[in-house]
Amino acid sequence: MSTGDSGTGAAGPAPQSVSQDLPGAPAPAAKSDTPKNDGGRSGRNQIRREQRRVLFASPAFIIGVLIVLFWIVAAIFPTLLTSAGEKEFVEAGPNSKPFGDSWLGTDSSGWDVYTRIIYGARPILIVAPIATALAIIVGTLLGLIMGYYRGWVDEVLSRVLEAILSIPVILMAILVVTTFGKSTPIIVGTIALLFVPAITRTIRSASIAESDLDYVTSAKMRGESGLFIVSREILPNVVGLVVVELTVRLGYAIFTYATLAFLGFVGANVTDADWGVDVAQQFNQIVNDRWWSSIFPATAIASLVIGVNLIADSIDKALKS
Amino acid sequence: MTTVEEPPAATQHAALSIDGLEMSYMVRGTPRAVLRGVTFDVRAGEAYGLVGESGCGKSTTAYAALRYLPGNGHIDAGTVTSDGQELTAMSNRELREFRARKASMVFQDPVQAVNPVLKIGRQVAEAFEVMGQSKSEAKVSALHALERVRIAAPESVMERYPHQLSGGMLQRVVIAMGLACDPTLLVLDEPTTGLDATVEAEVLDLVRDLRSELNSAILLIAHNLGVIRTMCDRVGVMYAGRIVEEGTVDEVFDNPSHPYTKGLLNSIPRKGLRKTDRELFAIPGAAPPIGASLPTCTYVDRCPIGTDLCRTDVPPIVERSDGHWTRCHFPDRIGDVPEPDEVTVDYDIGTEQIIGVNHVSKTFRQRGHDVPALVGVDLGFAEGETLGLVGESGSGKSTLAKTMLGVHEADEGGEITLRGRTMAGKATSRITESVRALSMVFQNPDSALNRAWTVRRILQRSVVKLTGVTGDAADRRVEEIAEAMQLSSRHLDMRPRQLSGGLKQRVAIARAFAGDPAVVVCDEPTSALDVSVQAAILNLLARLQNEERSSYLFISHDIGVVRYLSDRIAVMYLGRIMEIGATETMFEGVNHPYTEALLSAVPSVDGIAEDRIPLVGSIPSPANPPPGCVFHTRCHRAIKGLCEVTVPEMVELSPGHSIKCHLTVEQLKEPIHIDTDAVLAEPAALDES
Amino acid sequence: MLKFIARRLFLAVVTLAILLVIITAIPNLAPGDPARKVAGGTASPERLAQVTEDLGLNDSIPQQLANTAKSVLTLDFGTSAAGQPVSDILWSSLGNSTKLVVLSLVLIVPLSILGGLIAAFKKDTWLDRVIVNVGVAFSAVPDFVAGVFLLAFLGVPYEFFKTQASAPGEGPITQIQHLLLPALAVLAVYFGYLARITRAGTINALDADYTRTAFMRGLSTRKVFRNHVARNALQPTVAVLGTQLGYLFGGMVALEKVFNYPGVGKMILDAVEGANYPALRAGVLTVAIIYMLATLAADLLVAYMNPRTRQSLGDN
Repeated sequence: MSTGDSGTGAAGPAPQSVSQDLPGAPAPAAKSDTPKNDGGRSGRNQIRREQRRVLFASPAFIIGVLIVLFWIVAAIFPTLLTSAGEKEFVEAGPNSKPFGDSWLGTDSSGWDVYTRIIYGARPILIVAPIATALAIIVGTLLGLIMGYYRGWVDEVLSRVLEAILSIPVILMAILVVTTFGKSTPIIVGTIALLFVPAITRTIRSASIAESDLDYVTSAKMRGESGLFIVSREILPNVVGLVVVELTVRLGYAIFTYATLAFLGFVGANVTDADWGVDVAQQFNQIVNDRWWSSIFPATAIASLVIGVNLIADSIDKALKS
Repeated sequence: MTTVEEPPAATQHAALSIDGLEMSYMVRGTPRAVLRGVTFDVRAGEAYGLVGESGCGKSTTAYAALRYLPGNGHIDAGTVTSDGQELTAMSNRELREFRARKASMVFQDPVQAVNPVLKIGRQVAEAFEVMGQSKSEAKVSALHALERVRIAAPESVMERYPHQLSGGMLQRVVIAMGLACDPTLLVLDEPTTGLDATVEAEVLDLVRDLRSELNSAILLIAHNLGVIRTMCDRVGVMYAGRIVEEGTVDEVFDNPSHPYTKGLLNSIPRKGLRKTDRELFAIPGAAPPIGASLPTCTYVDRCPIGTDLCRTDVPPIVERSDGHWTRCHFPDRIGDVPEPDEVTVDYDIGTEQIIGVNHVSKTFRQRGHDVPALVGVDLGFAEGETLGLVGESGSGKSTLAKTMLGVHEADEGGEITLRGRTMAGKATSRITESVRALSMVFQNPDSALNRAWTVRRILQRSVVKLTGVTGDAADRRVEEIAEAMQLSSRHLDMRPRQLSGGLKQRVAIARAFAGDPAVVVCDEPTSALDVSVQAAILNLLARLQNEERSSYLFISHDIGVVRYLSDRIAVMYLGRIMEIGATETMFEGVNHPYTEALLSAVPSVDGIAEDRIPLVGSIPSPANPPPGCVFHTRCHRAIKGLCEVTVPEMVELSPGHSIKCHLTVEQLKEPIHIDTDAVLAEPAALDES
Repeated sequence: MLKFIARRLFLAVVTLAILLVIITAIPNLAPGDPARKVAGGTASPERLAQVTEDLGLNDSIPQQLANTAKSVLTLDFGTSAAGQPVSDILWSSLGNSTKLVVLSLVLIVPLSILGGLIAAFKKDTWLDRVIVNVGVAFSAVPDFVAGVFLLAFLGVPYEFFKTQASAPGEGPITQIQHLLLPALAVLAVYFGYLARITRAGTINALDADYTRTAFMRGLSTRKVFRNHVARNALQPTVAVLGTQLGYLFGGMVALEKVFNYPGVGKMILDAVEGANYPALRAGVLTVAIIYMLATLAADLLVAYMNPRTRQSLGDN
């Protein structure tokens, strides 16, 4: 599978915006003169505070954060969580079952599965966030500019982005990595580049919608420059969307890296601990009834993705409340 | 017009009888009261109007009449009965039968009310199928139904999809669907809000004419008092979930007995009121939000004659005259409700022209076609003058505003001048002085104010950008303007979404005045606001004009408001100025035929206007303007051989009053009578698809 | 309507052309010697020369573009270095992928749509929350992860579920049986997303004014749904299915590896590892073409369902 992109914008974990009230339920009385809040404190703080309250109270968010935090600790301070070395030949010997001498068993090389998982958190947690951050920056910039200025540049660029989107990210990644090499910077750059079109499309839609609003017209009437309008007027209104996109794409970045690892397209050293790589090397053992050496790394991948998705979804819900 | 048959009183059931209805919505677990004991009857064959501002519960009542409740709505007490059957006790199946055969509803937005993926014919036929007709029978019935609502070429309309019809046509279709079952009760919820004046008048004409053919009683919900006056026999005034006054339309509107009704009527410019006569009455305070807990008299917080008694005892129903009652403790003190203040200041208009719009045209290129949105517009603004601009959709009002303000660049040959000097086309090319000279207040404050900015930032940016003043001086200026608009410093730190509609519009006006403009373009500044809020805003605009000596281009579809505020009025049609003159002369004597039709279309709260002049056909597409006089296709006074051939010049009828027409004053003076029944609505030609 | 189709086809061709440029550009842009990268560090000089020839790097850039375009138009993808005609591998891989995709769709489409509809009608109940949350959590879980789990906990312990997806020469029932696990993996991955899109579309349609009108006219819930809601509710789902179809063909590389299934994904992977550049190019272009055809079909279906979009130009 590749990045589940659709014409409807934010894909995958972020739910489509469906927070309409039923007909007749009290919509904010647009015509009455009633103040909406009792005012007092700065408006933004009050809204943000309320959103944060909803966020922190949400069980999905808490679970997601716990999972992700665990892996972050594993990535930064692996020794806190395990005493063995990632390539150490532990006492239990190769292919020993889990829940016995070693917590999660050992793989066919005799390495401790649990330790491998702990150390395996690092590569994925380096590549995915950086690639996502890069993609978000470029994608948001492009989307804002294309959405505001339109014109033939927008048309042409849209075609190019559409072309890139027509191939599943995995395939494109394979193509690029094969050509340019397997080093980490290249992988980071590739994933970032391949996520830009989807992000751009989402932000562009929002930028177009904002540009239609009268406050942009009002700014134009003031003689404001395009740069000012895009960065100071439109961007603040799109920030929420950017945050959601960031968390959504992060999930996909994790997925893409894991798949690339599984397919053997990453990293210098095949023996370094890496979830995808471990699954690739060990899944053949499943038919020999030795499932743990690949299932547990696979679980690690799944848990990280699920954790990020839960966070993404709860942020999205909080922003909408 | 038509007379309504006398309902044979005791023997016939009321078409609708609502008794003590209390309803609430569940919002996040707490019930919010929306109807607090509504009681009224709609007698068989009569037209009853329910009027009030937003949040009063009139739409909820309308839906309750067909027992349609949203998922979180709940009837707490009371009954709804129609033609002897109690709706509140019906089973679902009985309710469906009732809706299919006894009652119908027409909603506010016809475009949304029809299914975009089905053909018109199919949807109208459905209304007949649900009564048991077969598919082929229903199709024939549907055709007749469309004929009945005076749609020309109904066969072609049956084959069309909703997006291929205009709003007015769609509303006719929806009415046709509603009449399918020859209902006992027809409920219309704001049926013409959002439609152009002439289209609105046509739809209302249709309903009025159909009444004589139908046996239906009509429940009409509207916030426009003029519509209620011209359409209904009796009216109920709603406030915060309760009816506060009821009676015949003549009684209630000419002789209001409840302080709210009186306040409402005084907030509208009636009977040709001008800003030079007196202010509009702005009801103090604000309408309570839905579900707020209120004292026993829901109006007491805003009432000039309220006392503590009103807070503790439910005000009784007091009959004022036959059929006319009010819910008040002190109905005899209605005279103490103050009238708005007389205006003592002078509205001084300068002699020099500040802003000139000289032969401005604007043509857009759309998909290979040239669309002339503005053609040869000539306008001038003197200091302190308000020029009202009237026109329907497609007239080019917004384009004119945007061209003046430099969002669009006028075509070659046209220019905008400031004190005689030509300004650059685009705002980004203009010098600061020029940019400052013009500002705009938009119709929709939610769209016009940046939701991510605080009010302070919004004002500050305009001050800094337009005047060059920064730092503390800018802060001071911001506070100055805010104060002038009666915005507190608390408001300055809020974001737009925390403010009410009226407050938001004040912010927008403050922003418009930040740079000390010479001309402020107001594009429907009060159309999205309730009438009582509108009054305050109009008063504010008038006051500011006096103090700051700024001129206004005041664009509105509300003729009464335009007449109130403007010194001169211009009428636009298809991008061209058709008529321009001083306000007084526009409403006396002769007018351009389009103006004539427009004025006859306005439903006035003071009663039915003289002869209605319906316009034939629909507004032509600006991309395909008719040859000769662009109005000739719909003009009731068009001269064959002349009007479709030659473009008329601007002719001065009297000093300061000009029209773009071939007819002479004598010809225009001749009265024309048109039978509204005979006029059919034509669907617009389809674009190439 | 025809204008709409023509315009969409034109856009598809343009996009394809741009893709061609990108595909051709990649090896030319690579730093160093791309041939060496593809062939591997230990390749012999002859091998290197062969790969360079295969990659078309000996030709000028316009020539390369022309060659690629020609091979697409004539459906002649040339031969690999080993002498095997690419078209053979391509068609057989395509056939295999099609089987998997069809089986997956048979599972996914009814289940996701049903799930989405149930969630929409029972909005805010526990059932809705379960469907949505499960869907949310599991989107973006990689296909091979799902595959590995299914392999370990269904494939190995139970005879019924086969661990190898391909069963050449067997009858259709057996083939389906072998494809069950990968199809289930695809279901696990896509269910949540599609169900949520369906849910959103249905909720929008249920909330719409025209639905309210239909109820007010006295139609029963069933009639309202059938005549009014269904066509509007499912439009987004159809659109999304179109885009996802393209990805289903080429994006299942990892899953194919887990189940050792010779689909298009595996073909591309093998081509990369074997430095078979003609095959690589053919595979990628095929996936792109399928994507474009699928999205075009989806757009046409949506236009059929919604007359209003027939007037639009198919973008924005």
